[in-house]
Amino acid sequence: MKKGSRLWFWVFIGPMLFAFLVVQVIPTLMGIFYSFTSWNGITGGMDLVGLNNYKSVLADKDFYKAFWFTARFAITAIMSINLVGFLLALLVTSGIKGSHVLRGAFFIPNLIGGLILGFIWQFIFTKAFDALGARLGIEWLEGWLATSTTGFWGLVILMTWQMAGYMMIIYISGLQNIPDSVMEAAAIDGASKWQVLKNITLPLVAPAFTVGIFLTLSNSFKLYDQNLSLTGGGPGGSTEMVAMNIYNTAFKFNKLGLAQAKAVIFLIVLAVVALTQMYISKKKEVEM
Amino acid sequence: MVEKKSNKILLTLITLFSAVLFLLPFYIVLINSFKTQKGFLLDVLGLPGQYFTLNNYPEAFKKLDFISSFTNSLYITVIAVSLLLILGSMAAWMLVRTKTKLSMFIFMMFSTAMLIPFQSVMLPLVRIMGKLNLLNPVGIIFMYLGFGAPLTIMLYHGFVKSVPVEIEEAAIIDGCGKFMTFWRVVFPLLKPISVTVSILQAMWIWNDFLLPQLTINRPEWQTIPLKMFYFFGQFAKRWDLGLAGLVLAMLPIVLFYIAMQKYIIKGVMQGSIK
Repeated sequence: MKKGSRLWFWVFIGPMLFAFLVVQVIPTLMGIFYSFTSWNGITGGMDLVGLNNYKSVLADKDFYKAFWFTARFAITAIMSINLVGFLLALLVTSGIKGSHVLRGAFFIPNLIGGLILGFIWQFIFTKAFDALGARLGIEWLEGWLATSTTGFWGLVILMTWQMAGYMMIIYISGLQNIPDSVMEAAAIDGASKWQVLKNITLPLVAPAFTVGIFLTLSNSFKLYDQNLSLTGGGPGGSTEMVAMNIYNTAFKFNKLGLAQAKAVIFLIVLAVVALTQMYISKKKEVEM
Repeated sequence: MVEKKSNKILLTLITLFSAVLFLLPFYIVLINSFKTQKGFLLDVLGLPGQYFTLNNYPEAFKKLDFISSFTNSLYITVIAVSLLLILGSMAAWMLVRTKTKLSMFIFMMFSTAMLIPFQSVMLPLVRIMGKLNLLNPVGIIFMYLGFGAPLTIMLYHGFVKSVPVEIEEAAIIDGCGKFMTFWRVVFPLLKPISVTVSILQAMWIWNDFLLPQLTINRPEWQTIPLKMFYFFGQFAKRWDLGLAGLVLAMLPIVLFYIAMQKYIIKGVMQGSIK
């Protein structure tokens, strides 16, 4: 590289790289270091404590519970969000009238922040469900969010409602990429609707599924805002997810070193899960 | 033919029914925000009727400090998104056009960072920013640059690759410097992806809650989601005020969406393909 162009290289890349290093790279590295210390955020000093924090994490029952809850939630939410999103995409691309307005309606929840959506559904579940249940005499509509099970399904419903519109957009673009000629050929050969869906549409939309599953996966695992405003982790911490568990460990109990050890484990698990999913999906795409 | 037509009617009905179902929560929140406290304790599902009131709104407006929190949200979002557009497009262009190992390494670093969850950097980050005296709106904007960098650069990177390099070479022969070439020739060509980037990043920054919660400690700097959170903490049993507050908080986004729907849907579509 010439001297002049090297200068320009740093002028163009420098500011973004600087912000990125300070905000993400350095804190990640420091975080790994802190996870081996007794950092508590109150007294200034921090001593190296070796693997003690990691040992405490392994003995932390609440953390296991949060992890298990998060994993169950993520699997359920990924399936329901992508299924609903894909069905909506099929519906609005089926040539019905006014589909653009309808698309717009399905997408609205996505624009609004998770915190606000959580409060909206807290009202729906606790007040509107109760009223509806009482009026129609349906018992299971009453007392939502007061148990761990209804808290779980409350979160799944909220997230499906929020993200299905986003997935719909992704699947619409996947569906539109299918060449008309393929569909015409299938129609001439007398393929049934179900055959077309199974043998043509699904395989050709597979790349969109890779994107959709990846996005829902990382969103579900990292969920915090909705968890906080819908259930607040309750009742009795039974709907607390990993992100909230880390937050509470750090700021409620002032165990920042321990929280950081949990965060490092969280990072590793998330990276492994995401990379595995990408790998499997990509392999499937080729095979199909 | 007859069968096909009735099929279409059925599909339309199913879609319409789903759309109504999707909008129902908003409807319920909206009607109840116009009821007195007694009104909605008596009946959540019906229209306000004799319990109609407009009083919830002025009170929620005041309690939410709406003008201040709206201004804070707007200020942070607009400046952070503008800087992401300017600095992100410059960096991505340079990374595409420079074919060295260093440049490839930097790009790799940006793309791997997409996997880092916020929770694993938040504690050290707050400590660093505190030491630098940057736990304020300026610091928040800086942090959004750092967190927004990976996606911004990846989106621009993908787009720049499709811009023919000959146009830039012609400009350089005409005596334009690197800086001028970028701003006069390249940046205008990036407009479609710039729209996508600004929509995706604005949606995220406007709605973000955890970062402001961790880094803003003065009431006069609070953004809308942050204010909303404290508001609910304070008036937990006052749904009449809470619902009006929720409607107020959603209003700017919904209006913006109605005005920009075409671009927003297109932007999300573009952003997901990459």
